[in-house]
Amino acid sequence: MTRELFLELFTGLLREMIRIRRFEEKCVELYSATKIRGFLHLCIGEEAVAVGVVGALTEDDAVVSTYREHGHALARGVPMPSIMAEMFGKATGCSGGRGGSMHLFDASRRFYGGNAIVAGGLPVAVGLALADHLTDDRAVTVCLFGDGAFAEGEFHECANLAALWDLPVLFCCENNRYAMGTALAREHAATDLAMRAAAYGMVAWTVDGMDVIAVREATDRALEYVRDSGKPCFLELRTYRFRAHSMYDPDRYRDKSEIETWKKSDPIPALEARLVSDGLMTPAEVERWRAAVEAEVEAEIAAAVEAADAAPLEPVEDLLRHVMTEATGDVVAPAGGRST
Amino acid sequence: MSRRSAMTVAKDAAVEAMTAPAVAPATVTTTFREALREAHREALARDPRVFLMGEDVGRYGGSFAVSLGLLEEFGEERIRDTPLSESAFTGAGIGAALRGLRPIVEIMTVNFSLLALDQIVNNAATLRHMSGGQLSVPMVIRMTTGAGRQLAAQHSHSLEGWYASIPGIRVIAPATLEDARGMLGPAVEDPDPVVLFEHGSLYNLSGTLPAEPVRVDIASAAVRRAGTDVTVIAYAGGLGKALAAADLLVAENISAEVIDLRVLRPLDDATIMGSVARTHRVIIVDEAWRTGSLAGEISARIVEQAFYELDAPIERVCAAEVPVPYAHHLEEAALPQAEGIAAAARRVVGVHG
Repeated sequence: MTRELFLELFTGLLREMIRIRRFEEKCVELYSATKIRGFLHLCIGEEAVAVGVVGALTEDDAVVSTYREHGHALARGVPMPSIMAEMFGKATGCSGGRGGSMHLFDASRRFYGGNAIVAGGLPVAVGLALADHLTDDRAVTVCLFGDGAFAEGEFHECANLAALWDLPVLFCCENNRYAMGTALAREHAATDLAMRAAAYGMVAWTVDGMDVIAVREATDRALEYVRDSGKPCFLELRTYRFRAHSMYDPDRYRDKSEIETWKKSDPIPALEARLVSDGLMTPAEVERWRAAVEAEVEAEIAAAVEAADAAPLEPVEDLLRHVMTEATGDVVAPAGGRST
Repeated sequence: MSRRSAMTVAKDAAVEAMTAPAVAPATVTTTFREALREAHREALARDPRVFLMGEDVGRYGGSFAVSLGLLEEFGEERIRDTPLSESAFTGAGIGAALRGLRPIVEIMTVNFSLLALDQIVNNAATLRHMSGGQLSVPMVIRMTTGAGRQLAAQHSHSLEGWYASIPGIRVIAPATLEDARGMLGPAVEDPDPVVLFEHGSLYNLSGTLPAEPVRVDIASAAVRRAGTDVTVIAYAGGLGKALAAADLLVAENISAEVIDLRVLRPLDDATIMGSVARTHRVIIVDEAWRTGSLAGEISARIVEQAFYELDAPIERVCAAEVPVPYAHHLEEAALPQAEGIAAAARRVVGVHG
């Protein structure tokens, strides 16, 4: 790749990580202001996974995510105003106000949630891939989940099934070292998750999930493998969340010093340093670029908040809509998983 | 051969097999099992998006032999044997449906379906609503239900009432040959998830059907026997017992109307209330436990919607509140029987009779 292409790729990744970070920081504010309610799970610290994995996909690929999915949705291109409106519970939200923070959906971008049952999205991902296998589609289904999901039976059923049937699934285990408040070594007898996944007959390896370039490279390689072979692949992305599990979590189960240590690997300053060390930008250029990006992102977030605030609520008369197919309006027959 | 062409060839072979020259008689002798198999064959031949998966549906021929021969006809891609992973393969059906295919997932028994309950409740029934109407899950989940075969407590329960309480799915339960033959087709075409219950005691039910398949709906209940003195509401394995009870009552000059629910969700209130308005007395037969049963739900609806039509308290004939036991005499004692239904009818007819 040329210097310009590297610069474009690196700044693109950096910009998206900053965008996700600032969006979530605004969410904290809005939560305190009671504009956003319910559970709110932040991925601050884990942005390299969202941006590195999801940014590597083509628009034909599918994403099945978890309840900690704001970053995944933004990286997938789900418009920020529709995400913000969803969190405000508004009719213009990407799930019509019926999902909230944990259930962001965008069928047109093949973003299948937003699943709050830990590991519950995995069988669905396997099925999306099964359909592609049966119809010779070259799409890859990427399934993001955490180290907690790795302890669920559904993960093990799905790893076996995808490997047994040669299904084009990319399993991305976002290992942030805690299943809510239970540390990795207190939930798993063997903590090398990639090694255990490999035992199912899948290609699997471990990636530094704090290094967005490493995540992107690993994802590119994994996607190429899955697309060419039609077989599943497993990435264990070792990362860390800087914030508590949710807004309700007093974070009593880990030392503050551990958090501070991991913050030294913050993927955003790490990539800024890389821009300089690779000779792509001078420190002064980074600073100017950063200031411009921060201003753009701030404006984008402000517009999303303003739109969400102004958006109408779904009328209560529509409470019972979308339970079963409606004569008009709802999806009757999915065409390739897209909204019709 | 590409995967797609494998599916296409299998489909062509199936169409050829279906259209093989034969002198079609006006009726055919068949069984509930064969009728279900024919319904599968037709669905698979008509639509290349349809495929069947589940434990032992292929080489074994189906644990209750419903899919016997389909593997040879449609190939391994469309008749897929799965590992014993109810949650994974049921969820895989959901994912394939989201992508536009029309999966039929077979779960061996309703007791085993509890291992897939997360996928059925949290995903199949929920995704349309939770996505604001963006997603559709057009799949059929079939499973056996019911007791009467000395299979003891982990193969015999009737949990269909639980499923019937869940918004977002349709629940159907054929009790006749015609419905065994006819209900799968519209279920496969339905844009929403359909859970289809096959009562294990019905597979060997035999009789005749028109040679040409008859189109049936998956929305309404059916009056299987007209009567004037008491309405007996039943479904699936209970229908035969309800009809037998009606026969017993003839000698006592009690005319029982027998309703086959057919569809457990959404319930066809109109047919039920219409019958109550004619007979003013109601028995509900349900092989599930009485507490929290579908029979309880139907009773409540009748009280809410037709209270002033009632001339007697509603009676429920349900399973005893016990895990279904193995020994034949105990199992029979635990289940609704024709004599018990008839006795309940005598009681309600006796009230203000």
